[in-house]
Amino acid sequence: MEETDFLVMRGIRKSFDGTQALKGVDFSARLGEVHAIVGENGAGKSTLMKILAGALRRDAGEILLDGAPVVINSPFAAHRLGIRAVYQEFSLVRHLSITENILLGQMPTRRLKWLVDWKLAHQQAAQKLAEIGFTGLNVRTQVARLSVSQQQMVEIAKAAVTRPRIWILDEPSAVLSQEELKRLFELIQQLKQESALILYISHRLEEVFQVADRITVLKDGELIGTVKPAEADQNQLIKMMVGRDLGELFPKRQPNPGEEALAVKDFSRVGAFDKVSFSLRRGEIVGLFGLVGSGRTQVARCIFGADPFSAGELRLEGKPLRPRSPHDAVRAGIAFLTEDRKRDGLVMSCSIRDNASLATMNQVSRLGVLNVRKRDARVQAKVGELSIHPAQISRLVRQLSGGNQQKVILAKWLLSQARVLILDEPTRGVDVATKLEIYRLISDLADRGVGILLISSELPEILGMSDRALVMREGALAGEFPRAQASEERLLACAAGVVQ
Amino acid sequence: MSMQQAKKPSVLAGAANWLRRFFLGGAAGADGKRRWIDYAFIGAFLLLLLVAATLSDVFFTQRNLSNLLRQIVTNGLISLGMLVVILTGGIDLSVGPIVAFSAIVVSGMIQNQHLPLPVAILIALGVGGLAGGFNGFLIARFKLQPFIVTLATLGAIRGLVYVYSQTPITPADPSFRTIFSTPILGPFTLSILIMLVAFLVMLFFINRTTAGRAIVAIGGNEEAVRLAGINVRRHILLAYIISGLCAALAGILLASRLGIAQPSLGAGFELDAIAACVIGGAILGGGGGSVIGTFGGVVILGLIDNLLNLLNVQSYYQQIFKGLIILFAVLARRKDK
Repeated sequence: MEETDFLVMRGIRKSFDGTQALKGVDFSARLGEVHAIVGENGAGKSTLMKILAGALRRDAGEILLDGAPVVINSPFAAHRLGIRAVYQEFSLVRHLSITENILLGQMPTRRLKWLVDWKLAHQQAAQKLAEIGFTGLNVRTQVARLSVSQQQMVEIAKAAVTRPRIWILDEPSAVLSQEELKRLFELIQQLKQESALILYISHRLEEVFQVADRITVLKDGELIGTVKPAEADQNQLIKMMVGRDLGELFPKRQPNPGEEALAVKDFSRVGAFDKVSFSLRRGEIVGLFGLVGSGRTQVARCIFGADPFSAGELRLEGKPLRPRSPHDAVRAGIAFLTEDRKRDGLVMSCSIRDNASLATMNQVSRLGVLNVRKRDARVQAKVGELSIHPAQISRLVRQLSGGNQQKVILAKWLLSQARVLILDEPTRGVDVATKLEIYRLISDLADRGVGILLISSELPEILGMSDRALVMREGALAGEFPRAQASEERLLACAAGVVQ
Repeated sequence: MSMQQAKKPSVLAGAANWLRRFFLGGAAGADGKRRWIDYAFIGAFLLLLLVAATLSDVFFTQRNLSNLLRQIVTNGLISLGMLVVILTGGIDLSVGPIVAFSAIVVSGMIQNQHLPLPVAILIALGVGGLAGGFNGFLIARFKLQPFIVTLATLGAIRGLVYVYSQTPITPADPSFRTIFSTPILGPFTLSILIMLVAFLVMLFFINRTTAGRAIVAIGGNEEAVRLAGINVRRHILLAYIISGLCAALAGILLASRLGIAQPSLGAGFELDAIAACVIGGAILGGGGGSVIGTFGGVVILGLIDNLLNLLNVQSYYQQIFKGLIILFAVLARRKDK
């Protein structure tokens, strides 16, 4: 809009496997400002930033820096233009030292060009860390031994080496404590003084209001608007982000909890979570909320036997359960939809048929020989029921869109007819239409008497779906809220440890 | 007359459909799409036949064809076991010495212990299965890298072979040679039939059994399979036992064909087997591979050996040619990953 805009992105489009992630976004920002970008999961924030950082290629649109069009076709090209991104997933080489990570690719050498000057290298690295206000770490330490927040600081120091003009901070606060967050904000102010542009992506609106000069809202791949913190409040922002009533998104249901399905008592795993106790009844949806690192996924993995637990007990429909492997848990009637479908949900190189029948092959076989007719009929029925597209069960899962892939995993667990279903981020990375279908499905399952533990980092999802919400913080259960008492503020305050 | 003609193809189609259903499970054929490279290899196969027919007048004699088939039995069986291991995402470098071990054990049992042939064969198979089981146990139980484990056993088993006998063993009993190498069905000897049946059994195993599907899935994403409640360790163990058994069977048939068991037998066999799997579309590291493709790979490699032998081309050129084919196969399938 103004000539002072240093960064202009015009008409940016991007789609993945037929799903439009960005539908022609016009975005601009100036030097010397902190520009926050907010939106629901799947709104397109990360996609937009990854295009700017060269990690993804845009389908259409142009990017101008200082009025001149630029080509950003790789992260390297972005670095050369002074654009650096710090993602949630770090790009550190874990088994190398802090020094090597910070100076990766530009280690100082001695007169002989192939001899590393280690003394100088360590000095430079320590200096870089000090510049961003981070001292008290031995730069010779292996990165793998650092805490997550320390790793993030190393990541930021690494980016600072090239003195970027545009910083992209993707959920930088997710793993930080209050103290560390304060330090991060100081660093951001410092970068701003040096007239850099900081693009700040966060889910946490309070933080955004605290740190940002301007806030841009994205929704479903479109830019909804840009506001100044002084001109809007959090509710307005949420309205812009959601753009609809929660009532439309989540199915109305009359919860009718039955007998106890799963009881967890004093459940502990050293270093992950401690003395977690809760119960789940048949036909009940219990939401489990917590910030990244709160231990919610670990609890689920231990219930499912994917990791061993160190103390406590489990009861499934009144009977004691000690799963030593997922095999035991599946046989007992538990299903677990994992949060990362590519890493541990799907076999990408196999067909829909193989993936959907993976957990239930023994139900359609005799003496190890599959009854393929029966298997295919069962899979085909679920494919129809969940309207998986394309509906050919011989299609490789790799060729499906994210939403359909997620439905294949759901089909796998629906076929197992489990009585307890643990869903870890069931709607991550799926489009809104599929989201609705998944919510409807979860609701139907609960009505049929399945006990559902819904783990999510999306508060609207927890609030809209669950009959009861549990909140975890730093490996412990921090609170329990019946539906009537659960609110976004309360859950978030509880998860962050803020006393209200 | 006309009715008969109309009926005939439908019976054929029905039989083909039944076979497909029986061995592959899927009504509409194998999963995924065929790529041009699959047709390219069929084309290459036909081209090789054509070249063979024009350049050599002995190629299409029954004697040569029978020879060709008997020669591919060894690599055929080893490749079959190798395929199962590759499907899990592993590799088995120790098949060469297992071939030698079973060959020398079966010969020793007949010649020195005077055991009846079936007993000797069972013992040799047991030895192979045990060796494969040892590999599988280390890999599945301790999550060691298959490459390293089988590299270690490659040396260790070869050492064991020499401990058993430093000199070649020649079974004097003529029936050990004749039983496998007398043509019983056209040019087909028992050894060839055993290999063909092994391929059919494997086709059934991979596509129609729970263990087969689990093995294919493990190569694609081990963690996803574990989290689906499948015992991953047991299936990995099974894959290496199968590989050991296949190599042992190959060793027994090879000893019978050669009439002598050398302790140095089988050096480099693992490479031909890996090559056959890769030409047939297998992806090292898991996530791809087929029994039919592997059969094609075995036949093409055998054909090249046979043809270049008939044309009196030196073996160095054979090696160059084979190397180029493998490189071509991986280049052409690059996008599969």
